[in-house]
Amino acid sequence: MSGCIERLYNGLIKENPTFVLMLGMCPTLATTTSAINALGMGLTTLAVLAFSNLVISILRKAIPDGVRIPAYIVIVATLVTIVQMLLQAYLPSLNKSLGIYIPLIVVNCIILGRAESYASQNPPHLSFFDGIGMGLGFTMGLTSIGIFRELLGSGTIFNFRIMPAAFEPVSIFVMAPGAFFVLAALTAVLNRLKGLPEDGVKSETTIGCGGSCSTCTDSHCLANHDKLLEEEGQV
Amino acid sequence: MRMFNISAAPHIRQSTTTAGIMRDVSLSLLPALAIGIYYIGGRAFMITVLAIAGAMLSELIYEKILHMPSTLHDGSAFVTGLLLAMNLPGTVPFYIPLVGSAFAIIVVKMLFGGLGHNFMNPALGGRVFLLISFARIMTDFNFDGVTTATPLARLAAGESVPLKEMILGTGAGCIGETCALALLAGAAYLLIRRVITLRIPATYIITFAIFVLLFGGHGFDVEFLVAQLCGGGLILGAFFMATDYVTSPITAKGQIIFGILLGILTGIFRFFGSAEEGVSYAIIFGNLLVPLIERITMPVPFGREGKKNGK
Repeated sequence: MSGCIERLYNGLIKENPTFVLMLGMCPTLATTTSAINALGMGLTTLAVLAFSNLVISILRKAIPDGVRIPAYIVIVATLVTIVQMLLQAYLPSLNKSLGIYIPLIVVNCIILGRAESYASQNPPHLSFFDGIGMGLGFTMGLTSIGIFRELLGSGTIFNFRIMPAAFEPVSIFVMAPGAFFVLAALTAVLNRLKGLPEDGVKSETTIGCGGSCSTCTDSHCLANHDKLLEEEGQV
Repeated sequence: MRMFNISAAPHIRQSTTTAGIMRDVSLSLLPALAIGIYYIGGRAFMITVLAIAGAMLSELIYEKILHMPSTLHDGSAFVTGLLLAMNLPGTVPFYIPLVGSAFAIIVVKMLFGGLGHNFMNPALGGRVFLLISFARIMTDFNFDGVTTATPLARLAAGESVPLKEMILGTGAGCIGETCALALLAGAAYLLIRRVITLRIPATYIITFAIFVLLFGGHGFDVEFLVAQLCGGGLILGAFFMATDYVTSPITAKGQIIFGILLGILTGIFRFFGSAEEGVSYAIIFGNLLVPLIERITMPVPFGREGKKNGK
């Protein structure tokens, strides 16, 4: 059971598909114009992801290696078709506002990525929870981007008016460039939060970057790299 | 007594400093700004002050938070704020210059590594951000308390605009773009001080003029041509924005290609686009192509001529 919880934590925080793996950027940028669309897209992907991981994991020994990608696509496409039919029946307005992005879940790289790197090598229950974790991480990422874009671009969150009436909507945030701004800003904030040591103990290295290559930039990087090698050599 | 000074290259140094150049640019912008404030009034002055204060404060705060050495003294934030203000209509609410200059400094300049690393002109980046975000506010011009269309909008609507209005700055427009005469005086100062060369502005304006004659739809109509050249932000853009050292090509050949590109782009945006003005978009688009222009105009080292890729 602890393995399952670890999978959920991994998908939500450690390897968050939106802010850490940077996968599935197309729906991330296109469907986050409002919080409700983002949430809908996230949950739809979550459903497909969890069940595709489950099915692929069950069939992992039956699928021949040479045709595994086409086999995954068939499984994912079947699930997406089911989900879209359900949406058309029960949530027609969401289906309409997400439009082409629902069928495009078939080629979502998070789904293929998890199938290839996790579900094809791990038992079904862990794969199922990996799918749920990744799906929740994706939903969280999309929804938080959607909340900021809707708040700044229309002054509302989930269609509830938040900003005072005098607030002039910054309409760039509901356009494509706004998606990049918000995604970049949230990723930066998250990296900053994660960059701090979790246990509050200071990093052992004296280098400004803390020895983490994810925060390194251009000219500092070489100097830091040399110092890092030097330190490692001493240890 | 030391006879020889042994040191690594470069051996020839100039006394020009970034701060000195920025001072010259600020001085050269003053006449046009003064005319703008004279006609639009105290509001224009407040907008200018707020834009400059916003730009300098943003840089100060950003550098404080990131524990970086302060670069305020080089004056580039001052010039960014000043240029942004000159590109705003005199009617905007007071938060507009603050939002615009914060975006220009933090997102366009500092996030990419500060002065010298930004890939597009910060003031124009800020202006275009405002133009896309607050389209209605940013195109609300008035003159003498009456909401008026800009000379370019009137030209696009098929009216004719008296040239005197555009040359003396008595038409509607952004704070610093209305008076062609004051802008040209400032440009002349920059040319005499050798802060800028004529390469980019001249090729830009000439290319645009040819474009107007070919595709302007008025044939060889001198009055329409001069109105297109003096109206809108063309002069301000060509002399003060397109010549920004950081975001324009280094080589002479590159600068000429850059100028021609800007002329064509401005023509396309003005005559075939949905808006009547296109100088800011043209320059920003040109800025993005500068790395490619630099690549194809890279000089070949002496002795390597005729060999491919300098190998």
